[in-house]
Amino acid sequence: MKKENFLWTSSKTGLLGGAIAIFICLLGMVEIFNKRYVIDELLPLGIFLLLATAFATGFIASRRAQEQFSESQPVYNLITGALGGAIVGILLMVLIIATDQINLRNVFLNASPTLVSILTFGRGLSGVWIMAVIGVAFGFFGGAFLIVPEKYRNPILRSLLWSFLLALFSGLFRVVLINQGSVFEAIAKFLFGTTGLSLFGAILIFASILFISMLSSSKGSSVRQRITQLPKRNQVILRVVVIALIVYIAIGLPQVSGPFIAQVIVILGLYTLMGLGLNITLGFAGLLDLGFVAFYAIGAYTVGLLTSYGQFGLQHISFWLAAPIAVLVAMLFGAFLGLPVLGVRGDYLAIATLGFGEIVRLLAGSDFLSPYFGGPRGIIGIQKPCLGFLESFIKVDTPQVCNGIEFGGPKEIYYIAVISAILIAFIAWRLRESRLGRAWMAIREDEDVAEALGINLIQTKLLAYMLGAAFAGLGGAIFSTLVGSIFSSSMQLIVSINVVALLVVGGMGSIPGVVVGTIALIGLPELLREVSEYRFLLYGIALIGMMLSKPEGLWPSQAVLRELHHEVPIPETGSSLAPEVATPE
Amino acid sequence: MRTSITERLTDLAVRAVLWGFRLLIVLLVVGGTIMTVRAGKYSSEQWIDFVVFGISQGSIYALIALGYTMVYGILRMINFAHGEIFMSGAFSAYFLATWLNNSGFSGRNPAISLIIAILFAMLMSTGIALLVERIAYRRLRGAPRLVPLISAIGASYFLQYTARGLFGPGVYAFPGVSSLEGEWSIFGIGILKVQVVVAAAAFVMMGILYSIVMFTKVGKAMRAVSENKDVAALMGIDVNRIIVTTFGVGAAMAGAAGVLYALIFRQVGFFMGFVPGIKAFTAAVLGGIGNIPGAMVGGIVLGVVESLGPALFLDGIGIPRPYQLKDAIAYTMLVMILLFRPSGILGERLTTKKA
Repeated sequence: MKKENFLWTSSKTGLLGGAIAIFICLLGMVEIFNKRYVIDELLPLGIFLLLATAFATGFIASRRAQEQFSESQPVYNLITGALGGAIVGILLMVLIIATDQINLRNVFLNASPTLVSILTFGRGLSGVWIMAVIGVAFGFFGGAFLIVPEKYRNPILRSLLWSFLLALFSGLFRVVLINQGSVFEAIAKFLFGTTGLSLFGAILIFASILFISMLSSSKGSSVRQRITQLPKRNQVILRVVVIALIVYIAIGLPQVSGPFIAQVIVILGLYTLMGLGLNITLGFAGLLDLGFVAFYAIGAYTVGLLTSYGQFGLQHISFWLAAPIAVLVAMLFGAFLGLPVLGVRGDYLAIATLGFGEIVRLLAGSDFLSPYFGGPRGIIGIQKPCLGFLESFIKVDTPQVCNGIEFGGPKEIYYIAVISAILIAFIAWRLRESRLGRAWMAIREDEDVAEALGINLIQTKLLAYMLGAAFAGLGGAIFSTLVGSIFSSSMQLIVSINVVALLVVGGMGSIPGVVVGTIALIGLPELLREVSEYRFLLYGIALIGMMLSKPEGLWPSQAVLRELHHEVPIPETGSSLAPEVATPE
Repeated sequence: MRTSITERLTDLAVRAVLWGFRLLIVLLVVGGTIMTVRAGKYSSEQWIDFVVFGISQGSIYALIALGYTMVYGILRMINFAHGEIFMSGAFSAYFLATWLNNSGFSGRNPAISLIIAILFAMLMSTGIALLVERIAYRRLRGAPRLVPLISAIGASYFLQYTARGLFGPGVYAFPGVSSLEGEWSIFGIGILKVQVVVAAAAFVMMGILYSIVMFTKVGKAMRAVSENKDVAALMGIDVNRIIVTTFGVGAAMAGAAGVLYALIFRQVGFFMGFVPGIKAFTAAVLGGIGNIPGAMVGGIVLGVVESLGPALFLDGIGIPRPYQLKDAIAYTMLVMILLFRPSGILGERLTTKKA
């Protein structure tokens, strides 16, 4: 093997890191993220990203050089790390000067004076050296981090990560804690700033997580191993307790959160529900359905037509009656569209279903069908669900008064979504263990073998497809009542892609994976307004990254894991019971 | 062989639904055509306009479709990000063309500046495609089929929203070339110059590509790899290099198509790649995926049908504003081909078995 100069190796890493840093700047991430603080008034998120890039570059540069350079000496680690970081810094310097001198804005929208002022900390060109110094310093830290023995390195990294996540979601925790009252309020105000952690909070949280993880790692065995060592009875009890805890949190969450959080969690509930539906189609039976949104639209429009008091309402029945009808209609359409198309296999099926989804959207939005579906103006005036009686079942012109409990806001509708999701999870779980579920998985693994074993391909696939469609319809039904109106423009392909992406990230075929994926892909961007700007960019990265490094997902189902790695796995970190927070790469 | 009653019922249902679809489409096409022709709402000049527009747009689809079909032929993979490669070509050309326009260069020599813009677009989109291949696809070559497809979907979103982040969400006006404005009169019928030039340029490109694939050593190697990778490797062909070349050539075609598309529609935006991408895939399937002449034929057929369709099939049966459903016609064609003739017009590969 050709041996490269170790300085050149680390420079290459530095160039790559610098390119990434410049990319981050030009995308406008630095500018937008800088409105949010990781540590209040001290460290904004945008700058933090660049520091992290320099740090990671230093670390990787140093590690790569170490592989080249057989005798590992700490000095070399420091030098190569600093070199990598320095190149990142210098490239950023070039960016600053270029932005300041040439008008890059004709091409790159974000190469603005604001960017220069952020990168130079408001000093203009005279502060151009700061980035280089920071680059060298953090690259050096990165190199130095490699010298730290592995025993300490992982806990440090883990606690940094957790503190960072806490800082990102400090808004959520803060609101929840403050709503709890006096003592919690004081704690919240001590730990959190207006955005991000306070300086003391950051130090305290970092230190305590570090302490805990050092303690647990010194015992040697992971949580999972310890759980499997427990007697069977206790394992079952533990499982029940954890599930009960999750259900308790799921039910209690809207009570302690503000209206904004409620809006977020109802979306989470909705996507969990749809994810569970597609999990049957894609995760169990391996049918990639990119036209999922078609059934979502069908469900939404059915409820709209049946309950709206607006112009296009045909009937005015209660949501409780309309939702099952919507599910049924979506299922019928699933059968109708699925029957012919399921003979087509694999990636062709994906494209064909994508075609269906687009056709449904175009038809719903066209002038041709607008007398029935309202075209681009959509259906408005969809009545909220009401526990009690509506006065009239035939079409009315005005909203009706609900004699009973009205599910008016997102908080209430959240419960409908969660209960539906739990129901679907239960159905999916029971189906997975059934004969049908095993037939699905056989088809997913190998259609020809499955057919040879006497499984009727069309029938079995059709059932998976119809179930997926039915649950998509339910998602659409709840969505329509949540928003109170439907527009054909909200039935974009992106809804299908969202659901596919959350399945992929969570782990195809895994029921808890759906929840993890939803939290990671839908919850994170919803909670972080700044991130939501880059949501689809991050989806893209997440999809590619997952396929490259962890095609089984963050919380894989055991069967998929075995298939992909050809061995019985023992995950290194995390447990199958305690919810693990997803960290998208 | 024993078959249960439910199996026979599903079989029957499948056939019934398929025949229903067939009947519906035939009725729509035949009935719509007869009624439109009887109504006589469109003059013959309008029809010719539709056809010419269809051919020029179809030739763009054909150019993009080449990339799909070549990559599919070699890797059996749908390169979902191909539409975004097309978009990046259009964007690069937009920036260069604007610069040339402002400096007054393209006013003086429009043909040269157009060629420069096309070459630049080809270069940029090739570079981006190779990067995507290197990062997102190469390591997934042996993986189950859905894995690279999902990665490609990810790459597609990444490129789309990178463009949005870098260049902004707006739609930009592509600078027009003054000497391409106006009409040429052929046999007394006015035909837009742009459309003729675009179609001609596309045909030239396709000709070049076809001769590369058929008559050069690299082309021979490409065909060999597409036939059988292992045997090709045994014959001393660097399979990896051929795969990369295929991606590059396909991307160059898509980049050129991006410029031509921008010339016709005069606008570029980050989202512009999606719909042409799907349509070009339709064209590739229509012609028989993996088949290069098929992609060209498929593109033209799709372009013409899509251009004629709204007026010819839908207007007659009283659908208001039928052009709104132009895309729906293309998607319907896609689904119908996948259902009824997955081998396409010229292809012999089957979606259900070999694919």
